[in-house]
Amino acid sequence: MSDLLKMTAAQALSSLSKKQISSVELTTAYIEAMEATHELNNYVTSTTELAKQMALDADKARADGNAGRLAGLPIGVKDLFCTKNVMTTACSSILNGFVPTYESTVTSRLWESGGVMLGKLNCDEFAMGSSNETSVFGPAINPWSARDGEALSAGGSSGGSASAVAAGAALMSVGSDTGGSIRQPAAFCGVVGLKPTYGRCSRWGVVAFASSLDQAGPFTRDVEDSALIFSVMAGHDAKDSTSASMSVPDFSEAINSGVEGMRIGIPGEYQMDEMDNEISDLWRQGRKWLEQAGATMVDISLPHTKYALACYYIIAPAEASSNLARYDGVRYGNRIEAETLDLMYEATRASGFGEEVQRRILIGTYALSAGYYDAYYLKAQQVRRLIKQDFDTAFSDVDAILTPTTPSAAFSLGKPVTDPITMYLNDVFTVPANLAGLPGISVPAGLSKQGLPLGLQVLAAPFREDRLFSVARTIELQAQFSLAPARAAGELQ
Amino acid sequence: MSAFVQGRTGDWEIVIGMEVHAQVVSNSKLFSGSSAVFGASPNYHVSLVDAAMPGMLPVINTECIRQAVITGLGLNAQINKYSVFDRKNYFYADLPQGYQISQFKHPIVGEGEVQIELADASTHIIGIERLHLEQDAGKSLHDQHPSKSYIDLNRSGVALMEIVSKPEMHSAEQAAAYIKKLRSILRYLGTCDGNMEEGSLRADVNVSVRKPGEPLGTRTETKNLNSVRFIMQTIDYEVQRQIELIEDGGVVVQETRLFDTTTGMTRTMRGKEDAHDYRYFPDPDLLPLKFDDAFIADLKKDMPELPDQIKSRMVQEYGLSSYDANVLTEEKETAAFYELASDGRDRKLTANWMSVELFGALNKAGLELSSSPVSPMQLGDLVDLISDGSISGKIAKEVFADMFETGKNAKQIVEEKGLKQVSDEGSIITMIDDVMASNQDKVDEYRSGKEKLFGFFVGQVMKASQGQANPGMVNQILKEKLKG
Repeated sequence: MSDLLKMTAAQALSSLSKKQISSVELTTAYIEAMEATHELNNYVTSTTELAKQMALDADKARADGNAGRLAGLPIGVKDLFCTKNVMTTACSSILNGFVPTYESTVTSRLWESGGVMLGKLNCDEFAMGSSNETSVFGPAINPWSARDGEALSAGGSSGGSASAVAAGAALMSVGSDTGGSIRQPAAFCGVVGLKPTYGRCSRWGVVAFASSLDQAGPFTRDVEDSALIFSVMAGHDAKDSTSASMSVPDFSEAINSGVEGMRIGIPGEYQMDEMDNEISDLWRQGRKWLEQAGATMVDISLPHTKYALACYYIIAPAEASSNLARYDGVRYGNRIEAETLDLMYEATRASGFGEEVQRRILIGTYALSAGYYDAYYLKAQQVRRLIKQDFDTAFSDVDAILTPTTPSAAFSLGKPVTDPITMYLNDVFTVPANLAGLPGISVPAGLSKQGLPLGLQVLAAPFREDRLFSVARTIELQAQFSLAPARAAGELQ
Repeated sequence: MSAFVQGRTGDWEIVIGMEVHAQVVSNSKLFSGSSAVFGASPNYHVSLVDAAMPGMLPVINTECIRQAVITGLGLNAQINKYSVFDRKNYFYADLPQGYQISQFKHPIVGEGEVQIELADASTHIIGIERLHLEQDAGKSLHDQHPSKSYIDLNRSGVALMEIVSKPEMHSAEQAAAYIKKLRSILRYLGTCDGNMEEGSLRADVNVSVRKPGEPLGTRTETKNLNSVRFIMQTIDYEVQRQIELIEDGGVVVQETRLFDTTTGMTRTMRGKEDAHDYRYFPDPDLLPLKFDDAFIADLKKDMPELPDQIKSRMVQEYGLSSYDANVLTEEKETAAFYELASDGRDRKLTANWMSVELFGALNKAGLELSSSPVSPMQLGDLVDLISDGSISGKIAKEVFADMFETGKNAKQIVEEKGLKQVSDEGSIITMIDDVMASNQDKVDEYRSGKEKLFGFFVGQVMKASQGQANPGMVNQILKEKLKG
């Protein structure tokens, strides 16, 4: 079973269907890998017994000729998704011990298609952070090490989801992306991360951070796997009023169609002064690859990009301040008893929420306050419309947009970030897609001088994930990126 | 026109506005599938959404949207094809989400009006400012445990319509007429059951006073009044309090007040400085609500007749008095009963029988119309017997009393008791001849000019017939015969 962890999902499915391997074997290999990579702190809850049972069920279904599209594939789940009878905490102390009686729509679809749940993955508290350091369980650690051997951040907020797939501790995983929380950790860990169009994947049963921005998406080893699991996760859900009632196409053609004849935009505004040279170089390289593959590269302008981060840091905290009001100690989660109701709220929420979550609740509460609403929230919504218009204009001319995913490679852990703004800058390339509701994908495209993975981001018009897959697959083929982190499980090392 | 109140310093004008919370009649809650039925044991009708579990999302119940639009149409109001649900943020133990989903800037229904009629028969138009949909909160029970409060979330998420009037009422009587009329309209429409005791309909009352012609005074808002009497008491108390306060050199403070049902007084609940900053913003879990003209037209097609329309039809087509029509249309059930009972027969006679005999008997027995022992068809049959001369009005009263007591049909009682009116000319003539023969002296007196004796003869004939002779025929024949 030496090759088990190396397989992509598509390869594993092929071996499973040829009866060369069983899901029990595959799952067992992953359970062992979870234990071997325990120090990376990716899993906050392991469901190994459940995984074994689901693997048995998947093998039986396959033997009976009833195998679902993901039958027997081991998958990890960000701890933001509510999972029935499995503790769900959003990596916050306030939800410590919370066990949902219900399963999120997205994860339900995975299990109905035969997916095997390995456990719940580490993330920033309530998905608020870009380094996974705000998690009450401590940060997930990037399996890649810098040349100097320092422990690196897996990124965030879906740090555990990215790290587990990179480290061979999950074949695939699901995360969520509010401002870059899938694409940034995917870039940091050298895996493929997809943020689908807003409305593609149901938000029902996913702990809400910022409702108008949150979107679930997968982490995979390659683009083909991304399309495979995404087509299972996506689809209309009547329980989510913002879910799109669009059918999900078959992406198998898109993956192999290449970029011949495509027009791909390069937004001038994404060339930033603070950006590492190696990021600019990689971006240039990406352009060359696509040109060689037959695409026409087009210089485009997204003039309101410079306001995106400011706009995001009004809207996201505003929605969060309201979304997190339900964690009040009354019905579930932690409660700190006190003399009066107001004192109970104060004690519970002061002890239950970490510093970053409290900061964002305060920012959001302020932005929505009487007298400030127009200046902040309303203005931010106006800017958001302008950003969306920028993209609408761009996509009337180009089929996709190519940008770097992050301004730098993974940064070190343990150097406490004193200035939250520095941390927020991590999201500078990813946030616009959330504000505009666009699909975006990060695909590993090369290594930094330090030997760390770097990602390129592809954006497309709403509901054109097919184009993301065509472009990302082309980059993937050209880049020949090899997933070889230092601290992975088994033969992935 | 305003009725002024006399103060020590002269006349005062009262200005009243009302915010009425009306629970929408629908099987399930505004944003979840749980039952909206009243009276279940605590926390029985609570879904994951109602309890605001992590990751739960609201989904609009279209039935509630229909009900709000129907209500808007019934209030002659502007229907907004685009409206937005907002979050009203505040913390309370029986508010699981930490916000109430309501409509702030873009309500589903805009300006409309309600016509009221007062005891002096004057009519007034009270403007409606807006109607919006919102969720109800749960219920906190503070008297179940020495140190803890218990929470019942059955009401959490139930759909309410908040109907906001313009500040266009100027007396407690007008306010009472307004809430009664509004309640009646909602019940006719079937969009709110109007049950004030159960809290399906409750009002926040804004009261201010001013010297005639001056700008509006500072208002107070008294919350959650669940009877017409409490509304009137609140207004009377607040008007007196505010006038005395100002006349003593004080100022009215803008605040929220509570009505004490035992003392009939209001007291401060919270001042303006403690007012919440609700941080309204559009709920990102819900898309703006949009519908087209066809949706409204469909609902318009099925609109029931409203009290004002029925009343004018009763006056114009049935020839009823305005008073009778008012009595018969105040409650939907009454109008429906009357329409059934009077269908195809003498409308005016049926109206009389209903408002005098039936209501009198129900009142005396302490019964609601809905549990009347006499059905509309039975009352109609009785009216028919009177109309076709089978029984006299006097006998009918007897028959009715029997019907009310036994639930039997009029015909059956008439037959069993042999009460059928004698309309046979021959037998009436015989009876008259007999009476005249045995009272020859009185006949002579009558004929010599003492015409007052006519009543005596009628009485004798009726007595002889045991009350069953057709009085009209008796009158007519007797008159002929007495002429000689």
